[in-house]
Amino acid sequence: MINLYNVTKVYTNGAKALNDVSLTIQKGDFVFLVGPSGAGKTTLIKIIFREETPTRGQVLFYGKNISRLKGREIPYLRRKIGMVFQDFRLLPQKSVYENVAFALEVTGASGKIIRARVPEVLQQVGLAEKSRMFPSQLSGGEQQRVSIARAIVNKPALLIADEPTGNLDPDTSWGLMNLLSDINKTDTTIIMATHAREIVDSMKRRVIAMSDGRISRDEESGVYSSEL
Amino acid sequence: MSFNTLAYYWREAINSIFRNTWLSIASVGTVSVSLLILGFFALAAVNVREFTQGIESGLEIRVYLKDGTPRENINGMQAQIAGVPGVSLVDFVSREQALEEMKNNFGDRGDILEGLDKDNPLPDSFRVRAENADSIPGLAGQLMTLSGVEQVIYGHGLVEKLVSVTRWARLAGAIILGFLSLAAVFLISTTIRMSVFARRKEIGIMVLLGATNWFVRFPYVMEGMMLGLVGAAMAGAVVYAGYMSLAGHITQTLPFIHPVTDQQVLLQVMGGILGIGLLIGALGSSFSIRKYLKT
Ligand SMILES: Nc1ncnc2c1ncn2[C@@H]1O[C@H](COP(=O)(O)OP(=O)(O)OP(=O)(O)O)[C@@H](O)[C@H]1O
Ligand SMILES: [Mg+2]
Repeated sequence: MINLYNVTKVYTNGAKALNDVSLTIQKGDFVFLVGPSGAGKTTLIKIIFREETPTRGQVLFYGKNISRLKGREIPYLRRKIGMVFQDFRLLPQKSVYENVAFALEVTGASGKIIRARVPEVLQQVGLAEKSRMFPSQLSGGEQQRVSIARAIVNKPALLIADEPTGNLDPDTSWGLMNLLSDINKTDTTIIMATHAREIVDSMKRRVIAMSDGRISRDEESGVYSSEL
Repeated sequence: MSFNTLAYYWREAINSIFRNTWLSIASVGTVSVSLLILGFFALAAVNVREFTQGIESGLEIRVYLKDGTPRENINGMQAQIAGVPGVSLVDFVSREQALEEMKNNFGDRGDILEGLDKDNPLPDSFRVRAENADSIPGLAGQLMTLSGVEQVIYGHGLVEKLVSVTRWARLAGAIILGFLSLAAVFLISTTIRMSVFARRKEIGIMVLLGATNWFVRFPYVMEGMMLGLVGAAMAGAVVYAGYMSLAGHITQTLPFIHPVTDQQVLLQVMGGILGIGLLIGALGSSFSIRKYLKT
């Protein structure tokens, strides 16, 4: 589904965030992306999402070279990818319902689909009762779930979450992981960048570890760090 | 474009107009004032044009023929003059006709010319109209060189002066109109830029959620067009009412001046105002949003 070939990313200020990274992610995979701060996890995610372009190397999504996408083709790539941002990026003046509906409206979906699909995903993330509230009236964990609901409402083939448990207490984090596992069961590929050691260790999923812009370890049923 | 998307555009544009009440009022006011001035200028320009055209079209060249030019030559000469580039109309005026016209000009005192019938001193002539007034002096010189021509007369000096005055009036009018339109575009784009700026976060999120550029842009363009249209309609109404009452006033107090009150022409000016309002709104908002759509 995703292939990276010798991808290097040098930011304009000279920072080398990715150094000759190659990897393959299959449809239905559940991948943890771990590594110390500054290792290049967010940069890798941005390159897949086409928020950044690689300095060297190729990125294929379903076999299509996404660095060569024209400006007007980028929106259609992004609609296939659900993105859960670390800082949520919800619209403060829109209600929970409207925030989720927004992701569908943007794709030109019909009112019928929106009215059917939005309550469904809000149910799935356990926020059905709060659909009329505004983001400022929600806890961090609830906002996180709104942002997940928004990311999956389009039924994307790939869900990317950048440190989604960053601000959550352990219980809420576990709830979130159960939710992601459920979503993964519907054949949605998941990439999750995280620093949450316990979660990674107990989930026994594929782990890609990065350091200094390189992939230092890539194993099925992996753990957070190798020195154990 | 689906019906749902259209509904979305509408909702966004209308919501945003009411959400940013003060900005919207400022935009409408700006457009309105600019177009108000523009509208009055346009009407003034229409009147000046009408007036100068009236004078210009009355300008003529009189080509007097040598005494004793045989009548058989007249048709040939007329064709020759009509063939000169820039000439729009040639009429032959025989000496008898010329005398008749002169009598008419004297009105009921025409009897003093009575005795001239037997010994008409007036020459045959051609009355020549030019396609445009600027070329009259040049044409006159050219016609002078034709054989059989005794003298060529036109409103010497007057023509030159009139042409240069109207040329300047038109140029000045066009320049002022141009500047006013630019100012209006600039002002509305500033206002919409503020409304875009207030929502830059929303725009960024839309782009990340996979909205196409047109999808992001369109509500703003519609918002701009609506604001432009409302401002233009207000300006148009004021211009129309104000102008009609002014024109009515002028016709009453200064009966020799005839302001243009042709509804066809006024409708064109009003249509122009509305069109410019729409255009200003669309242009202004497209400019404002460009920066936020770079990917
Ligand atoms: N926009 C940018 N411009 C310049 N340098 C950048 C930019 N974004 C990231 N970097 C640099 O690239 C390197 C990798 O950053 P990145 O954000 O990918 O790390 P990360 O693995 O996501 O870290 P964290 O775990 O703290 O989120 C860092 O050295 C960072 O300073
Ligand atoms: Mg990061």
